[in-house]
Amino acid sequence: MICNADEGDPGAYMNRNEMESDPHMVIEGMIIGAYAIGANEGYIYIRAEYPLAIERLDRAISDARAYGLLGNNILGTDFSFDIHIARGAGAFVCGEETALIASMEGNTGRPRKRPPFPSQKGLWGKPTNINNVETWCNVASIIKNGADWFTRIGTEKSKGTKVFSLVGKVKRTGLVEVPLGTPVKTIVYDIGGGATDNKKVKAVQTGGPSGGCIPDSLFDTQVDYEHLADAGSIMGSGGIVVMDEDTCMVDTAKYFLEFAVEESCGKCTPCREGTYQMHRILEKITEGKGTNEDIVLLEKLANIIKLTALCRLGQTAPNPVLTTLRYFKDEYLAHVEDKRCPARVCRSLINYYIDPAACRGCTICSRNCPVEAIDGKPGYIHIIDQNKCIKCGTCMEVCNFSAIVKLSGESIDTPFAPIPINKGR
Amino acid sequence: MSVTEVFNKYEPKKENLLLILHDIQDSIGSRSIDETTLKKVAEYLDMSLSQVYGVVSFYTMYSTKPRGKYIIRICQSPTCHLMGSKSLLEHLKETLKIDVNETTSDKMFTLETSSCLGVCSEAPAMMINDTVYGNLTEEKVNSVLEKLRSNHENN
Amino acid sequence: MSTVCIKIDGKNFTVEKGSTILNACKSAGINIPTLCYLKDVSEEGVCGVCVVEVKGAKTLQRSCITEVKDGMEIFTNTPTVREARKMNLELALAHHNIECPTCERDGNCELQDIADRVNVKTVHFADVPSFYEKDVYSPVIRDPSKCIFCERCISVCDNIQSVSALAISQRGIRTYIGAPFTHLLTDTPCVNCGQCIMNCPTGALTERDDTNKVWDALSDPDKYVVVSTAPSIRASVGEIFGLPAGTFVRGKVATALKMMGFKKVFDTNFSADLTILEETHELIERIKKEENLPIMTSCCPAWIKFLEEYYPEFIQNVSSAKSPQGMMGAIVKSYFSQQISISPDKIFHVSIMPCTAKKSEAERRETWLRDFPDVDAVITTREFGRMIKQGGIDFVNLPDSEYDNPLGNYSGAGTIFGVTGGVMEAALRTAYDLFTGKELKNIEFKPLRNFEGIRVADVEIDGLNVRIAVANTLGKARELLEAIKSGKERIHFMEVMACPGGCIGEGGQLIPTNSDIISKRAQALYSDDERSKVRKSYQNPQINELYKNFLEKPGSEIAHKLLHTHYIKRHLWEKIGKSDF
Repeated sequence: MICNADEGDPGAYMNRNEMESDPHMVIEGMIIGAYAIGANEGYIYIRAEYPLAIERLDRAISDARAYGLLGNNILGTDFSFDIHIARGAGAFVCGEETALIASMEGNTGRPRKRPPFPSQKGLWGKPTNINNVETWCNVASIIKNGADWFTRIGTEKSKGTKVFSLVGKVKRTGLVEVPLGTPVKTIVYDIGGGATDNKKVKAVQTGGPSGGCIPDSLFDTQVDYEHLADAGSIMGSGGIVVMDEDTCMVDTAKYFLEFAVEESCGKCTPCREGTYQMHRILEKITEGKGTNEDIVLLEKLANIIKLTALCRLGQTAPNPVLTTLRYFKDEYLAHVEDKRCPARVCRSLINYYIDPAACRGCTICSRNCPVEAIDGKPGYIHIIDQNKCIKCGTCMEVCNFSAIVKLSGESIDTPFAPIPINKGR
Repeated sequence: MSVTEVFNKYEPKKENLLLILHDIQDSIGSRSIDETTLKKVAEYLDMSLSQVYGVVSFYTMYSTKPRGKYIIRICQSPTCHLMGSKSLLEHLKETLKIDVNETTSDKMFTLETSSCLGVCSEAPAMMINDTVYGNLTEEKVNSVLEKLRSNHENN
Repeated sequence: MSTVCIKIDGKNFTVEKGSTILNACKSAGINIPTLCYLKDVSEEGVCGVCVVEVKGAKTLQRSCITEVKDGMEIFTNTPTVREARKMNLELALAHHNIECPTCERDGNCELQDIADRVNVKTVHFADVPSFYEKDVYSPVIRDPSKCIFCERCISVCDNIQSVSALAISQRGIRTYIGAPFTHLLTDTPCVNCGQCIMNCPTGALTERDDTNKVWDALSDPDKYVVVSTAPSIRASVGEIFGLPAGTFVRGKVATALKMMGFKKVFDTNFSADLTILEETHELIERIKKEENLPIMTSCCPAWIKFLEEYYPEFIQNVSSAKSPQGMMGAIVKSYFSQQISISPDKIFHVSIMPCTAKKSEAERRETWLRDFPDVDAVITTREFGRMIKQGGIDFVNLPDSEYDNPLGNYSGAGTIFGVTGGVMEAALRTAYDLFTGKELKNIEFKPLRNFEGIRVADVEIDGLNVRIAVANTLGKARELLEAIKSGKERIHFMEVMACPGGCIGEGGQLIPTNSDIISKRAQALYSDDERSKVRKSYQNPQINELYKNFLEKPGSEIAHKLLHTHYIKRHLWEKIGKSDF
């Protein structure tokens, strides 16, 4: 029996919290589970990035042994069960169950074909039950309060509660446990308090690199397995990343694909080569070099990877692209056709200008510019040399008069050379 | 722990490979595993060097190149990404004058990235050896590095 | 046989339960293209080319590894299937160094073939550069820019040969299949068997091409160029020119070689007979003294290197007799050189072998008589085929000619050296007679004539029970050695050939070489044996003449000096680096 604690989904950390704050809960669930299915050996496969969780689990396991709750003849019965800790070593794909088993056996974490499923042939070829941390944490309270209690919560098909990690551009970040079926907007606005800095929330990304982006127009969507799938996303381990109007959805898709490229195990062609090519196309688009054909190819490729990658990880890797293409096609088109990044994120498509009407000639921008791209002197309107500018944004950060503007696809009139401030007005 | 002590701790079973590699790496000054050591591991576990090398090169937390005393892993999760981890990474590269997966010439710092450190509510974050630092700004990064440097000098 | 009912493209079929979709479709007359799949070697389903639609499945199914189920509805030719196959192949091609006209595998490349079958005309994706360099310093050349990550080479090297020279390292787009670290293949336990080449679907693994060395020698007026050909060449090289597998072409080979300008065409079968005499002498001595048993054959250089690396404790068990190639080299540069009064350094001796490991055997300095090699160049069956093509020789229509004296005749025992079990059978024919002084009548050892990985048998020689064992593939050799080590087996005489089926399945043969082709080549050699008037090595008149005129008798001092060698305990993963060749 294995507890999958390889919580690799970026943006999700509920498992770490559960293991650090109440490791006994995980162990209790596993003991009950082992008793139910007659397992004698249990493993917790935990990612090595969680040293504190490992330390606390280790201690909790020792304590449980000391209390006679683990080991031979638990509580004087003929039931014996013990738990060992296996550590990962930095590979997202090891969250996939066949890769996780391979890793536990001392191999590289490369998934294999299923069937056989782990329940038929798992660790060392033996039938293996794998569940994640949160599942094991639920066991004790369900046994204690009864199945009816648990199934009363949630929707018809998705029962119980789920812990989400609400993060990103939202006022109140943290872990939230809500009944399944709670609408996105309740989580984002009522619990999270909406976006920071009075910005508008644009979308949420659920399910990590395998999930998708849900636009604010669909925030009535109930967060449960079926409805998230209908929206093109997944529940995954329960990460909810809030994005505001300053987030470029093409850039977001590119980020997730970069992640997929980094974490692909490299075994099957669709995932190894396909995610790399998707990333290349997205790079092209964010650099303003994309064409409409690129968008068509991107979508086709995404669908083929979804259909032919060997494991679930590869099959879901295109989801961030497919959902952004579905809900934010206009942003892709703006990058490709107008060479414009509406959120003003993609560096190749933005320019910084100094608004002549707002510049006070204080020289702070030109003094801080790392590449000496700003021309000016005290009392003169400053000008950014667009050929020299590396678009680092330093000038915008240091300007005390909000005179720096960041534009994409448009420009403002600026003088050719610095001129005295009163003349410019 | 010496390599022999690590071997004494674990039975010669292939399933112990990852744990053995972790322990060796953590107890060696270079915080990495060189070829000679890998050969010993392969021999101990009755595996081929090819297989063992495959494993070491697959997982990001192992290295066959010597690394610094402090391994900085900057989180690249979408949350940290949204909260500006990319510019922090640039800042670290500039300050340490190294690229990702490189080590400073004084063997103090190695710069690496992590897909997610699981501290998303305190994004952006980094981990230095086993300690996590959250809600980072450039100033905070500077002071952490400064502190580690002076700790090192005082020791 | 239990069966299941399935539908393929709307038609009903009854197929064997447990068969794959691929095989079910094949029996229904539909050939699904496959790229990475190779039965018993690569069954991981990595390439995504053989996909089909299955009703009710959310994703496309890999036909090579998915079993049929009762009631399954399969669609093999839908727009989605065609698109997926094309796209996955395009992805592979984008990461493949497309230089077909100059690639060794041009015209005999699985990737090329599948691209044609799937109708890929354009690669829509950007080129992915190769992240790794070509390794050209061993007889096996690895070009990572042509690797498509099918993992067949890894599987063969690990599972069949148990050599594990290659690693799958790194991950994702930077995945690398090759020697670990930044090592060269020469730094690994690679035994140069070439089985990785035989199983590679592209030109990512090839042999070192030594044909130019041979052409250069042939056009050098100061060189007297002679050639000898291995037993199995006569049964396989015809396939390059479209002749059926197992066509016996010895006469055409001799004609072609003479047309190329070789002064003498010798037969390695002759030196195989010589090997038998020296080895049998050793066998009888050891059995009498009961020392260093089992005696192990020394003909296969891949096996020798394997033993030196993995089982150095058995080094004293290996017969000190050189391989037939080694003996031919020594005789050419001593006896023959004296006969024609040309100094051995002026003689250029080419050896045509089915084997990539023979290239490295020729480089072993401890086998040389002087400070230059006895065998100056070794070319494989494939390279020989290329030379014939390059020379514009119409091989199929060539008349036959004879091999040259004094090293061109052989017994039937010499010719079966090319098949697994052949060396053993050849040795027993001579050993029986010499040991007992009687004539062995039933000379065909049928229990040895099959392709099982390990065959063990008891032979009675004059009341003495001799237990013999034959292994083909190094994985099986390892199994046998472990059995001997643990005391489970007590063997007197043991033959090992590193490649499946022996030399007829070796790493320098035609691609593809499969079990079917191997048995046809074997049959050709057995028939050659049957046709031979002399079928025992010690009865080969040229051999007897050689002993009479030059070598005195088997095991003599001069025979030892010329025809025997020694072996070296090697450390695994010893750094050798770039060789001089």
